[in-house]
Amino acid sequence: MFLSIILATPMVAAVVIMFLPRERTIWPRWVALAGTFLTLVLTAILYFRFDTSTVGYQFPETWPFLSALGIQYAVAVDGMGLAMVVLTAIIIFAGVLASWDMLDRSQEFFALLLVLVTGVFGVFMARDLFFFFLFYELAVLPMYLLIGIWGTGKKEYSAMKLTLYLMAGSALLLVGILALFFNGDTHSFQLAVIAEKTFSKTFQIIFFPILFLGFGTLAGFWPFHTWSPDGHASAPTAVSMLHAGVLMKLGAFGIIRIGLELLPVGAQVWAPYLVIFTLVNIVYGALVAMAQTDLKYVIAYSSVSHMGIVLLGICTLHPIALNGAVLQMFSHGIMTGLFFALVGMVYGRTHTRIIPDMGGLAKQMPFLAMAFMVGALVSLGLPGFSGFVAELLVFLGAFKVYPLPAAIAVTGILFTAIYVLRVVQKIFFGPAKEQFEAIRDANLIEKTCLAILMLVLLGVGIYPNSLVKIINLSIEPLCALWGALS
Amino acid sequence: MINHAWIIPVLPLAAAVIVALAGKRGDRLAGSISAGAIFFSLIISLKFFAAFLVNPAAKEVSWVWLKSAGNLTLEVGMLIDPLTVIMLVVVTFVSLMVQIYSMGYMAEDEGKARYFAFISLFTFSMLGLVLANNLVMVYMFWELVGLSSYLLIGFWYHKPEAANAGKKAFVVTRFGDLGFLIGILVLGYFLNTFNIIEVGTAAQTGKLTGGLGTCVALLIFAGAVGKSAQFPLHIWLPDAMEGPTPVSALIHAATMVAAGVFLVARVFPVFTASDTAMLVVAYVGGFTAIFAATIACVQDDIKRILAYSTVSQLGYMMMALGCGGYFAGVFHLMTHAAFKALLFLAAGSVIHAVHTNNIWEMGGLIKRMGITGTTMLIAAVALAGVFPFSGFFSKDAILFAALDAGRMDLLVLGIFTALLTSFYIFRLFFVVFTGKPNSTQPGHESPAVMTMPLMTLAILSLGLGFFAARFEHFIVASLGANREILHQHNRLVPMFAFLAVLFGFGWAYLVYFQKAISATLLTRKFSLLYKLLKHKYFIDEIYLFFVRYVMLVVSAGLAWFDRQVVDGAVNGVAWLCRRMGAGIRRLQVGRLQAYIFAFVLGLIVLAVSLLVTHPDVMAIIP
Repeated sequence: MFLSIILATPMVAAVVIMFLPRERTIWPRWVALAGTFLTLVLTAILYFRFDTSTVGYQFPETWPFLSALGIQYAVAVDGMGLAMVVLTAIIIFAGVLASWDMLDRSQEFFALLLVLVTGVFGVFMARDLFFFFLFYELAVLPMYLLIGIWGTGKKEYSAMKLTLYLMAGSALLLVGILALFFNGDTHSFQLAVIAEKTFSKTFQIIFFPILFLGFGTLAGFWPFHTWSPDGHASAPTAVSMLHAGVLMKLGAFGIIRIGLELLPVGAQVWAPYLVIFTLVNIVYGALVAMAQTDLKYVIAYSSVSHMGIVLLGICTLHPIALNGAVLQMFSHGIMTGLFFALVGMVYGRTHTRIIPDMGGLAKQMPFLAMAFMVGALVSLGLPGFSGFVAELLVFLGAFKVYPLPAAIAVTGILFTAIYVLRVVQKIFFGPAKEQFEAIRDANLIEKTCLAILMLVLLGVGIYPNSLVKIINLSIEPLCALWGALS
Repeated sequence: MINHAWIIPVLPLAAAVIVALAGKRGDRLAGSISAGAIFFSLIISLKFFAAFLVNPAAKEVSWVWLKSAGNLTLEVGMLIDPLTVIMLVVVTFVSLMVQIYSMGYMAEDEGKARYFAFISLFTFSMLGLVLANNLVMVYMFWELVGLSSYLLIGFWYHKPEAANAGKKAFVVTRFGDLGFLIGILVLGYFLNTFNIIEVGTAAQTGKLTGGLGTCVALLIFAGAVGKSAQFPLHIWLPDAMEGPTPVSALIHAATMVAAGVFLVARVFPVFTASDTAMLVVAYVGGFTAIFAATIACVQDDIKRILAYSTVSQLGYMMMALGCGGYFAGVFHLMTHAAFKALLFLAAGSVIHAVHTNNIWEMGGLIKRMGITGTTMLIAAVALAGVFPFSGFFSKDAILFAALDAGRMDLLVLGIFTALLTSFYIFRLFFVVFTGKPNSTQPGHESPAVMTMPLMTLAILSLGLGFFAARFEHFIVASLGANREILHQHNRLVPMFAFLAVLFGFGWAYLVYFQKAISATLLTRKFSLLYKLLKHKYFIDEIYLFFVRYVMLVVSAGLAWFDRQVVDGAVNGVAWLCRRMGAGIRRLQVGRLQAYIFAFVLGLIVLAVSLLVTHPDVMAIIP
């Protein structure tokens, strides 16, 4: 029941919020905070109760649902799933803190946010493809309303673009999922049953890329990434945090869980070609980020670049790199959450996101400057923070399989250093500007939000085994698949 | 005992955290906490030093840090050998001097707490670097050293030049770090170990030979080139003077730039296994030495002269290492740490007094700043390498190393560099301290908290050389027990070196003290050369050109491509869908005639095609 409780908590909070009196605009945020805090605590308990001595899924639950079609409500977590559940719980808690001042239609806003999180949790826990897909869509769809209603700039365009784009990805997924369902004699949506099937090589070669592209679109795979800069730029703070922090990881998670685990031969055939695209992600993403003047676009393209490292790690199919990829999913999730929270806070004060218009802000807001600096350092892979460990693992693993591409990918960290330090300098350094005289530094709520994220980045960076140990438990059996093949 | 070595770096780290958390409230105590922590680190380091003098055998201890599927274990650990203990003492000692000095220098600064937190972080990073037992850990602290210098160089972040210089230092050194990181990846690929001792053994037993060995050595050297400001990645160091002057002393003497030389010394077997790599190290070092020395001869900014001097001296050290002169390189690192720290702190004392960096706005200061002037003179003589000052012994060892290696070209180059060194440093001294005062500022001696470190460092600059022979046996022990010390006892080398120093001194004396030769006349006569040197061979401009006209143009081009082409395709699909929808919509506008027309037309088409393909259906029709 443990997982279902975690899954249901945000949903219950969302329902409670909808029943609050309309005129109490402040109440929803308290309910949301309570709900997400409870989720965070439960997730922490889950993390500590997780048995690290055995591989495989833990805390399993199954309820019959549509037995005729082989559909069950089945949830369980393995190491990778657990890491992602922890990530989600942290980000949504910080996200609620970051949208503390969201009082415009706050009921709907927080309710939708919480529904979305339920969907995300569901994907990370699902052991049945039907529910996997259901939760996947549940996570993607509220985004349309969240961006369309509470967004900024050309929000209608961005919301529509993002939703249609991701729906196109989902369409591919549906094709892939149905193919997995119908292939062979036993027709079932249960992942455990499908994993027992052996798919022919031809089948795998045809359907792996379909699933990869379907999930890859959400993971920001080049050249299907352009929904993300517009979407992130238009979305309100907490939505950007969730979207870049968690939703993009759904894509990468899906590639591993469905693509790699179920179609290992297809993955083996396609991976060498996909590696080239991931390099484009990394280097091109960083170079494009360099040319941006809107702060949110910089962060969005930096996500494209960093997700490239995740995808590179996945495409090497090497245990070390896969470990790194999952760790990078976690690390980038927290980091980009930190960044988008900061962008929201800076924008709330300066009312501009255009980088050249800012400057010298470290004087008025030293805490925000420090926090932004931390984000920048994680982004450029500074040791001591989680990003470094993740990238190092990806590079180490990738180099063993594809030395030259790995060396090219390493140059990405130089470009990242260039653009990210330039941004820090232009926003926070230099002489203080008069028009920002009256700006105040972060308040207690904001500081709490940022401090949580920074401490997680630091903690994982100093003691990465806290997560790697758990992620290992998923990667080892996965890589055994290829070991068995050769 | 080795189990307690972790206390050495942790003390300054703790100080950094305490001072940072206390923030403005702890302003008054920041300096004392920070200096106090490093003082105890120094004491412990000295204990280690004493212990290793007795028994120089290397000791190692390590713990598992990260275990990944795919047979990868990363460790945290410490490797302590004579090289380590020397570096520990050098780093903690120079850092202590700098911090005591800073209490006076930064007394009026608003961001004192931040300053001391950063300095402690810097010291922590460097200590971690020298203690690390594996290259991944070295790389980690290596980056932290880079971060700390970024923070300290850009300490006065409201000054655009400072913010720029900090970023430049980080990015330029990171360029070299890429090489280092890839070198680590190569080691992971071929040896599956990052342990310094194991890598060294692999190199000695021929597991890292040929192209592979050279490749690894050169990749690691790329990192060293960045951090130790060797040509062509030297451009960040002269700009680094935008930071507070005591920080420059720390960067130029004991941390940051020392890291590169230390790294080469640390994995020396990897280099000695490859002749090509040694050759590259020697010539890059030799070239940097003379290249930077020529630039130092014409600069007007006191800190800039010293900065190019550092670049040149680091080149010396690299040249020594490249010639196989392990002791020479490391010993010069030590002596240089003492006199260069002193030079910078003395320069800081001067700047503190006259509020300018331009040497032509100083002059005649020796009368008003006796201690600063005297200690600076000692440092200058040591830098020039005059017997019996410490610089003489280490420079001599370097020249002998070149001779031992049979590299006469580098020997000549080294001697000529000594001439230039002697010239520029005495030029600086004469212009600043002798002649008529040019400053509008009164100028006064600095407080005791600043002059005490000067005097302590002066004693070391003078005295370190006498222990050269003692150090030689000790340092070389790092390479393994039975390493023979070979010397060609050639009297000619020190003699020529001495003549070169004398010539350089005489030249500076004639031009800037006696003013027998007009400096302006010289610059006019050699105006082209002067311009070239003054502009530092236009290297900065070349980089700027690449950044501005290559990297930024590519970046802007890709951004355009992404918006117009990649995203354009997306919008194009949307547009196409809309157009198709609009087109098809016309079919369903509710005009009944059109529907019937289409219906009849379709019927006719079907009927005709049926008749054409199946002529026999005619028979069924009655």
